[in-house]
Amino acid sequence: MTGKTLAEKILAEKSGTDARAGDYVEAAVDVMMAHDVTGPLAFQTFREVTGDDAELFAPERTVLTIDHHAPADGVQAANNHNSVRGFAAEFGAVQYDVGDGICHQVLIEDGFVAPGDLVVGADSHSTTFGGVGAFGTGVGSTDLGTAFATGELWFRVPETKRFEVAGDLPDGVYAKDLILKFIGDVGFAGATYDAVEFGGEAIRGLPIHERIVLSNMTIEMGGKAGLVEPDERVARFLAAGNGDVRAADVDTSLAPDDDAEYDARFTYEGSEIDPQVSKPSNPENAVPVTAVEGTEIDQLFVGTCTNGRYEDIRLVADVLEGERLHPDVRMVVVPASKAVYRKALESGVLETLIDAGAIFQTAGCGPCFGTHSGVLGDGDVCLATANRNFPGREGSMESSVYLASPATVAASALYGEITDPRAVETRRYDDYRVADREGVSS
Amino acid sequence: MTDPSTPARAWVFGDDVDTDQIIPSRFIVSSDPDDLGQHPFNDLRPEFSESVERGEFVVGGHNFGSGSSREHAPLSLVGAGVAGVVARSFARIFFRNAINLGLAVLICPDADRIADGDEISVHLDDGTVVNHTADETYDAEPLPPFLQDLVERGGLVPYTKSKLSED
Repeated sequence: MTGKTLAEKILAEKSGTDARAGDYVEAAVDVMMAHDVTGPLAFQTFREVTGDDAELFAPERTVLTIDHHAPADGVQAANNHNSVRGFAAEFGAVQYDVGDGICHQVLIEDGFVAPGDLVVGADSHSTTFGGVGAFGTGVGSTDLGTAFATGELWFRVPETKRFEVAGDLPDGVYAKDLILKFIGDVGFAGATYDAVEFGGEAIRGLPIHERIVLSNMTIEMGGKAGLVEPDERVARFLAAGNGDVRAADVDTSLAPDDDAEYDARFTYEGSEIDPQVSKPSNPENAVPVTAVEGTEIDQLFVGTCTNGRYEDIRLVADVLEGERLHPDVRMVVVPASKAVYRKALESGVLETLIDAGAIFQTAGCGPCFGTHSGVLGDGDVCLATANRNFPGREGSMESSVYLASPATVAASALYGEITDPRAVETRRYDDYRVADREGVSS
Repeated sequence: MTDPSTPARAWVFGDDVDTDQIIPSRFIVSSDPDDLGQHPFNDLRPEFSESVERGEFVVGGHNFGSGSSREHAPLSLVGAGVAGVVARSFARIFFRNAINLGLAVLICPDADRIADGDEISVHLDDGTVVNHTADETYDAEPLPPFLQDLVERGGLVPYTKSKLSED
């Protein structure tokens, strides 16, 4: 019998079975999450399955956020917010309110998720939790509503694809460039139903805020979970966070077996990776930035669960310090959480960006949800640190969204057109990669 | 749920139809299937939400339902009375959500042989799709036993209810 992948190990532990790829198991879930869009439907399911004696299986591990329509952009959204608040109050769930931040960000910041955990969220980017070594996966509201009641769900144990990057990444190249390249290489549906593991020297060298980017966008290749093997850096990161709910005793021993069986392996040499940009209207349309240099843009968007962390915003501020945005562009900055916003404020990053001409907005999903906070009009072109560029994703069906790293967005802000970040003084990016060694957690 | 074995019109879509296109974000402030059922494909193909009739089918290419975990996407099709979705392949969460809701979904490699407006029927018992217009029958992938059991119990809600009552 061969060894196990990270996904098989976690699902074996949580289901009390051998859990080999292809098996169907019922597994205990550690954390359950819903937000203002998917929550109300999950509440309906929960009430339906539990009836009159409704009780959450684990209220202290049931987390509700208000992040997608934050602040409310209409009466129905406001009513949904009240539904979240009412449910949390009635059943004792943990609840975050408008401005507290994006679900995935606050769960990691506040120590709800530890390596080896099984986390389900009614949001497709719940793969994010793989950045700290947890099996995080997105589910629908019916799944979540039943998990609220039973603390478990059915899973098909996935096959695993492994991406390995040897060596170091060049200046100007970040985790975002890696994941855009991976998605471009395997395609938008290339890892459908699969777990994905990220490994190799270049990935072990990434700080946690960058590993999270890889896991976050795993869903953009169809992946069910995207895992980076946990290490001591994860433990330090979680210890430096805002909360100690579950991260107090972090076990970093989880690792795939040497003889684990993979569905496919992809290997890269870090030094050969260029900054990437995904062209409209699919994340798989990744090309080296040089292929789209000079594309004129109207709006820059720094934020989202992919790249709205403090380090991302600080990198943009470092590039724009003492400069002005190109007069033909506007920049919308949406911190991923209140803690990120506070750090941006206290460190002077907010002031730098405001002076450069950017707009700061309430922590949350911002225009990535396509209904508020800077949506795009007909013909508008946006360069975003976001994860999706589907038609109409950030507003008009006639608008275009390009996806890139914060460094590429920052460099492009100076010139009003897509710009190779390597063309801008790279020393400005130096602090980005060491940030969480200094105890600056995302 | 409408019986998918009754022949009805197929609405054919291409590859990578994502959940934003199935139900645009601005409509998912509601969780009510009847409300949501007014708006499927509102931007991608407005005539769908205007004239789809109960019992009709959605046919997709590869990777149907990619993107968001929003269950509002399959729920909007349930609300619009769609009897089933046939596609060459599905995105994972959409497929799972549809099964949990009891919406018939079948992976059918020959889905591209179905033309817009063809009359089709879907047979879950033997895993086939019949194209009555072209007079052809296509094999689809049968659901794995675990999921067949889940569907036979009526979806995840009744399944969970019965489990909770056993405890």
